[in-house]
Amino acid sequence: MAGWSNHTGTAVVLPRENVDTDQIIPARFMATPRSEGYGPFLFHDLRDEGFPTMRVPGAEVLVAGRNFGCGSSREAAVYALVDAGIRAVIAPSFGDIFAGNAVNNGLLPARVDDCTAVTLVSALGTGQADLTLDIPSRRIMLGDLELSFELPDPAATKLINGWDDIDLTRAHAEQIESYRASREATAQWVWPRAG
Amino acid sequence: MSQPRTLLDKLWDTHEVTRNADGASLLWVDRHFVHEGSHHAFAKLAQRQQGVAAPDLTFGVVDHYAPTQGQGAARLMRASAEVRRMIEQLEANCANHNITCYGLDDPRQGIVHVIGPELGLTLPGLSINCGDSHTSTHGAFGALAFGIGATQVAHVLATQTVWQTRPASLRIRVDGALGPGVGAKDLALGWIAKLGADGARGHAIEYAGPVVESLSMEARMTLCNLSIEGGARFGMIAPDATTRDYVQGRAHAPDGTAWEQALAAWDDLHTDADARFDREVVIDGSEIAPVVTWGISPDQALPVTADLPAGDSDQTRAALDYMGLSSGRPLAGTPVDRVFIGSCTNARIEDLRAAAAVLSGRQARVPGMVSPGSSQIKAQAEQEGLDRIFAQAGLEWVASGCSMCVGMNGDLVAAGERCASTTNRNFRGRQGPGARTHLMSPAMVAAAAVTGEITDVRPMLKGRI
Ligand code: SF4
Repeated sequence: MAGWSNHTGTAVVLPRENVDTDQIIPARFMATPRSEGYGPFLFHDLRDEGFPTMRVPGAEVLVAGRNFGCGSSREAAVYALVDAGIRAVIAPSFGDIFAGNAVNNGLLPARVDDCTAVTLVSALGTGQADLTLDIPSRRIMLGDLELSFELPDPAATKLINGWDDIDLTRAHAEQIESYRASREATAQWVWPRAG
Repeated sequence: MSQPRTLLDKLWDTHEVTRNADGASLLWVDRHFVHEGSHHAFAKLAQRQQGVAAPDLTFGVVDHYAPTQGQGAARLMRASAEVRRMIEQLEANCANHNITCYGLDDPRQGIVHVIGPELGLTLPGLSINCGDSHTSTHGAFGALAFGIGATQVAHVLATQTVWQTRPASLRIRVDGALGPGVGAKDLALGWIAKLGADGARGHAIEYAGPVVESLSMEARMTLCNLSIEGGARFGMIAPDATTRDYVQGRAHAPDGTAWEQALAAWDDLHTDADARFDREVVIDGSEIAPVVTWGISPDQALPVTADLPAGDSDQTRAALDYMGLSSGRPLAGTPVDRVFIGSCTNARIEDLRAAAAVLSGRQARVPGMVSPGSSQIKAQAEQEGLDRIFAQAGLEWVASGCSMCVGMNGDLVAAGERCASTTNRNFRGRQGPGARTHLMSPAMVAAAAVTGEITDVRPMLKGRI
C-alpha cells in the first residue's frame, strides 16, 4: 500500500448520522473476492436516494455526519469506499473498528469538531469543491478556509508511510517469541486443554 | 505501593509485548476465532505465502452463512452455491493451516460468540480476537476481547499479536435491582439510548454494581455483546464465583493443577479499590422497563410504555419514515409481521427458556423462527422440551447459525415487513433490503408473537416466572 501525506480531491457532503457499515455495503456482497473490486457495492441499497457518490462520480472526499462507519467490523465497508475512489472521510466521529480498518487501507478518517463539520457542510452545500487534506499538519484547506482535523499519531504514521503491519511486526519477532515462552512457562492454563 | 489499576489496565499490561513510540501496543493474542467472513484475511496470507503462527490458539467456526434448514452436514443440501462456497472455503483454509474448525457436521457448531464460552475456550484473563464486532461478548468473563477487521485478522494469523492503542476507561455501574420481566437486553438498550450509539466510542466499558453481579453468565454475555452498539469496542465484567462455576468442567477449560493455577491468576482480575476511570456512569436498575427500539440505530430505543418521539429532527423523521411509524403514537400496539429469536446476543439456553415461558400454552399470531445459539444449546433445549413449546405455538424451530441476524444464509425479512427480533442491529436493511427491525428481549419477542404487536410482556408473565 502506498503512503500519502497530502491530497487534493473533490469533496461532497453526505448529510447523515450513524451511517453504519450495513449501509456502506450490504452483507450479501461480502462473499466477493476483493480482486473483483468492491466499488460497485458502495451504498448499494441507498442508490435511489440520490447519494452524493452517485451524483458526483469523481468524488474523493466524503464529509459525513456523526458516527460514520458504526456497526460491524467488516473491512468490506472500507474496500467499497477505497475501490470507489474515496481517499478520506471527514466526520465528527467514526466507529472505532471502522477507523482502524480505514487506516489499514490508506483511507483517512479525519475527525473534526462539530463547528468545523458545520463550516464544511455549509461551504459545500449540495455541491462539490476541491478540498486539500494534509496529514502531517492535520489541516483541511477549502478555498479560503483553513481548518483542522484530529488523527491519532499511530494512524498518521501508518497512513504517511503506507506501512504493512505484518512487516513491521517482524522486527519484534524476538520479543514475541520470548513473550510466548514466558506465558507458556507461567500460565500453562491459557492453552486449551485437549477436550 | 503500586498504582491502583482497573481491570482493563491489568488485562492490557499482561498482554502487552511491546509499545511503539506512537503509543500503540503490540498485544499477544490468547485466542483467535475465525469464520467464513475471514476469507479476506486468509487471502492476504496466501498472497504473502505466510503460515499461521499459532494454530493451537486459533479456532474456526461456521456460523455467518450456516443454513438453518435441515440437520448437520445435510444442511448444505439446499444451500445456494455461494453459501456452500463460503463454508467450504473456511473449512479448506482451516485444514490447510491445521486449525480446528467446527463445521456443520460438528455437534459443537454454533455462533462463534456462543460456542467459545460454551466449550471453555473463552476464559477469564485471556485476550481474545475475532473478525467480528461482537467479540466484546467474551469480555463477560473478564477477558480482553475485541473485534478486528480483515487486515488485523491476517496480522493475528501471521504473528499471534495485534497492534492496538489502549482505550479510555468507562465504568457503568448498575445499582438497585431489575424488576421481573426485565433483563440484560433492556439494561443494554437502556444505556445505549441514554448515551447514544457513539456514546462509549473510544472507551472500554467495565460493567459493575449489584445488578451486574447478580446476572448469570448468559445475561452478562448479552450485556457485553451489545457494548459495540454504544460505540465501545470492549465490554468487560470482573470474574467471580458465577464465572468460575460456569467455566469449570467445560470441554477445553483447564483442570487439575492448571485449574488451580488459573484460579490463582484470576484472583487479581478486578479493578483495585482506588483505581480511577476516565468516565463513570451510574444507572438505577429499578427504573428500567422493557426496552424496544423504534428506529434504525440501536440508540433509538424507548421503554415499551412510551410514545414514539415527535419528528423534530431530520434524523428522527428519516427513521420514523423508514420504519413506517407516526410520531407521538404509543410504541406498544404497533403490529408486527414476524418474529425472530436468535443471534449471539440472545439465543443462549436462558434466552430460549425466557421466550418459552411466555409462549407455553399460547399461540403465535405471526410467523417466526427460533434459531438456537449453538447445536449444543439446540440439543439441550430439545431435552427440556422447549422446541415443542415453540412448535406448538406455531414458530419454526431451526438449526443454529447467525441466520436472520444478518441474513447471509438467505434467512431474510421481506421488504416492508416488521420483525420483532432478539438480535443486535436495527440498521436499515440489516435483516434484508427494506426490512424493519425492532430489537427487544427474548421474552418481549415472545409476547409480540402471541399478540401480533409490540407488547409489554410483564402482565403476561403472571404466575409463570
Ligand atoms: S449472530 Fe449476528 S451479530 Fe452475532 S456474530 Fe452472527 S451476524 Fe454477527
